[in-house]
Amino acid sequence: MLGYYLQLALRSLRRNRPLTALMIAAIGVGVGASVTLYTALEAMSADPIPAKSSQLFNVQVDNWGKDQESGELAREQIAYPDAAALLRAKPALHQSPMYPLAFNIRPTTGDIKQFSAPARAVTADFFGMFLAPFASGGPWLRADDQRHANVVVLGASLAARLYPAGNAVGNVITLKDRVYHIVGVLKPWRLEPRVYDLTFRVFLQTEDIYLPFSAAIANQLWTAGGNWCNRPFPPTWDGRLASECRWLQYWVELPTASAVADYHGFLVSYAQEQRRLGRFHWSPDVGLPDARQVLRAANMTPPGMRVSVIAAFGFLLVCLFNATGLMLARLSGRFTEFSVRRALGASRREIFGQCLADATLVGVAGGVLSVAVTLLGLAFERHLLRDDYARLIVVDVNEVIEALILAVVAMLGAAIYPAWDASRHPPAWKLKAE
Amino acid sequence: MEILPILSALRRNKVGAVLIALQIALTLAIVCNALPVIQRHLERMRRPTGIDESNIFTLNNQWVGQPQDLRSRIKGDLATVRGSPGVIDAVETDSFPLHGGGSSAGLFLAPEQKFPTAHTAQYLVDEHGFATYGLKLEAGRWFTADEIGEMQPHDTKVPGSIVITRNLAHALFPSVSALGQMVYMDTRAAPSRIIGIVERAQTPWAGFSWAESFIENSTFMPYEFLYKGQYFVVRTRPGQMAGAMQAVQNRLFAQSHQRVIDDVQPFAESRKDTYAVPRATSVLLTVVCAVMLAVTILGVTGLTMYWVTQRRRQIGMRRALGARQRDVLRYFQVENLLIAGSGVAAGVVLGLIGNLWLARHLELARMGVGYICAGGAIVLVFSQAAVLWPALRAARVPPAAAIRAL
Repeated sequence: MLGYYLQLALRSLRRNRPLTALMIAAIGVGVGASVTLYTALEAMSADPIPAKSSQLFNVQVDNWGKDQESGELAREQIAYPDAAALLRAKPALHQSPMYPLAFNIRPTTGDIKQFSAPARAVTADFFGMFLAPFASGGPWLRADDQRHANVVVLGASLAARLYPAGNAVGNVITLKDRVYHIVGVLKPWRLEPRVYDLTFRVFLQTEDIYLPFSAAIANQLWTAGGNWCNRPFPPTWDGRLASECRWLQYWVELPTASAVADYHGFLVSYAQEQRRLGRFHWSPDVGLPDARQVLRAANMTPPGMRVSVIAAFGFLLVCLFNATGLMLARLSGRFTEFSVRRALGASRREIFGQCLADATLVGVAGGVLSVAVTLLGLAFERHLLRDDYARLIVVDVNEVIEALILAVVAMLGAAIYPAWDASRHPPAWKLKAE
Repeated sequence: MEILPILSALRRNKVGAVLIALQIALTLAIVCNALPVIQRHLERMRRPTGIDESNIFTLNNQWVGQPQDLRSRIKGDLATVRGSPGVIDAVETDSFPLHGGGSSAGLFLAPEQKFPTAHTAQYLVDEHGFATYGLKLEAGRWFTADEIGEMQPHDTKVPGSIVITRNLAHALFPSVSALGQMVYMDTRAAPSRIIGIVERAQTPWAGFSWAESFIENSTFMPYEFLYKGQYFVVRTRPGQMAGAMQAVQNRLFAQSHQRVIDDVQPFAESRKDTYAVPRATSVLLTVVCAVMLAVTILGVTGLTMYWVTQRRRQIGMRRALGARQRDVLRYFQVENLLIAGSGVAAGVVLGLIGNLWLARHLELARMGVGYICAGGAIVLVFSQAAVLWPALRAARVPPAAAIRAL
C-alpha cells in the first residue's frame, strides 16, 4: 500500500511543479537556516564540561571593598595573599589557583625560528578537576607542588612538535633558561569556552604547557594574562605578590551540597578574619559560583546571535505556514481523485495516509535541500566568523541528521490539516459537482 | 466596492487566508525587530579609529632570553623599520587601537578627588607617533624628541605632558578648553599637562561592551616602551603595504635572529577580527530577513495562483454577467489587501510585543510605532505586487470559461 501511495505521490509531484518546488524550497531553506544558526548558538553557549560543571566552583573574595567604584571589576580573579592563604587552609581539598603564562620555545629540530607557547601555572589537582585527558605519563604529584618541583605536563601539539617520536615523557624542556622535566603529555584537549579562565581569547585551545603553581611563583614568573589593580602596581616581585591586585583564578571541586555549604562558610569566616586583622574594612563579600554560573555570568554568546536564532526559528514557522498553505492548495486540486478513490472503497484513513505519504516525499526532498543549505550556511558562517569562534563551528553528521529529520517532521506537521481536510470529503460528492 | 462578496468567498477559503495573514504577521514582526539590531551592529563597525587604517600594519617582536642591551636593540630596530622601503614612519609600543589589550587609567582633576573624572586608554608613543598613526591635531602640539622618556611594563611613572583625544578633553573639561590644563593620572604623584588635543583615537577595546563608555577616550604618553616584547606600528606609503611588510621582517631578522616575530597583520585585518561576530551576525540576519520576505511573497503568489485556477468558472461567470477585466483584477487585489492588511495589523502588535521583550533582555532601543507601521505599509505593497501576476491571469479568463468543463 505504501509503495502505491508513494507512486501516486511521485506522480502528483510531477503534475504540479511550481507549487511543489516552492514547498520544497520553503522547507529546505527554512530548516537549513534554523539549523545553521542554532548550531552556531549552541557551539557558543555550550557547557564545555557537563560532567563536572556543577562540582567546580570559582572562588571569589572581595579584597577591594564597596567604596571602590570598580569593586565589581574582575571578580572572578583574586589576589595572591588570598590564594596563598586559601591553599594553606584546606590542604585536603581538590583545588587549584592558576594564572596564564607564555614562553618562547626553541624547536629541537629543523627550523631555528622560535615560537611562543601559551602556558598555565596550576596545581596537581587541576588535571583531575577539569578532566584533562593524558596520552602518556600523568599529572605531577602533590608532593611536587609542595617542593616547587620544576616539572611540566605538555599539551598534545607541543609534545608532538618537540618530540615527534612520542618520547616526551622523561625528557626535558627549557623555559626561560630553566630546565623542567616532562612528566605527562595530554591528548588533544578541547575545552571551549575555556571555563577556568574567561579573561581572554576564551575559545582558544587549552594551553601547551602546564607547570606547578608553586614552582611558577618560586621562579618569579609573572602572569601573561590580565592584572586588575585598584592602586598603582608595585615594581618589585615581592611587592606584586603582596599587592591587592587581582590576577589569579581559583577553583575548588566540591562534590556535595554540604561540601559547598561548608566551603562557603569557610570563605565567610576567612573574610571575617581578614577584617579582624585589619586588611578588609567591610563585611565579608565572597562568592562561590559553579562553572555553569560563571559561564552564564560571562555571557559568552554575542547578543546579536540570540536575535538571529529567534529570527531563524520565526522564519521556520513562516516556512511551515507557507508549506501548509501550499499543501492545502495542492491537495484540494486532487479532490476529484480522492472522491473517486473513496467511491471505489478507500477509507478516510487511507486517503489521509496517502496525503501524508505525499507530504513525506516533499519533506524528504526538502530535507535534502536543507542539508545542502545547512552545509553551505555553516561554511559561510565559518568564513564570516574567523579565528576563535569559527573553530567552534564543526560540521558533523549530527547537523545533517538534524536537518533531515526536522524537515520531514516539519513537513508532516504542515500536512496534517490539509490531509485531514482532503480525507473529509464524501465519496463521489465531487464527481456529482462536475 | 464589492467587499461583502469577497468576504463570503474568503469564508470558504479561510484556512488559506489565515495562513497567509500569519506569514505576513510573523515576517513583519521579525524583520522590523531584526533591522535595528543590524543597524546597531553596522553603526558600531563603521566607527573610525582615527588613524590611517588603510596604510598601517602591526607586528609583534619578542627578544629571546633576557637581553641586557634592550635599549640599543630597540633603537636599532626602530631605525631599521623606519628606514625600510615603503615605510613612512613607525613606533614601538605595548598597544594600539582595536588591539584588545592595553592599559587604562582614571584621570583626576584634583589630588583629593576620590573617583576619577574620566577613564582613558594609555598609549606609549615617541615623537614619531603623530606621523605614524596619521592623527589629526585639533589644538596644541605633539611631543618633541627631548620630551620622550622610557617606560617599562608596570612602571608607575607619570609623564609631565600628555596629548589627549577630543572626546576625553570634553569629558574632563566640558566647559573650558582642555589645552594647557593639568590632570592627575595618579593622585599621589605630580599632575600632567595637556599639551595637545587630537581629533580621534579609539581605545584598544572597541567591540568590548565594558569599554563602550570611553571608546574614544585615549591618552598619548611620551614614552619609549622598554621591554623584551613589543608591537611595532608601521605606516606605509599608499599601495606599498605588502612589500613593506616583507621588507621590515627581513631586515629585522637580518639585524638579529634572536627574536620571534608574529602577528604581522595589516590594520584592516585587525578591524575584521575585532568585528567578526557583529559582522557575521548582521550578514546572517540580513540573509534570513531577505529570504523570509521572499518566501512569504512567493507563498502569496503561489496560493493566489491556485485560487485563480480553482475559481476559473466563477470568474468566467462574473465576466459573462458583465464584469470587466478591471473588476476581476480589482477583486483579487482587494481580497489580498484584506488578508495582508489583517496580517500587517497582527504583525504590528506582534512586532511591538517582541520589541518590548528584546528591549528588556538585550538593551535594544524601543521601536517607534511609526517605524513598524511604515514597515507594514512596505509589506502591503510587496504583497500587492505578489498578487499582480495571478490577478492579471484571472482577468484574462474568458467569459466562455463559465460554460466550459474544467
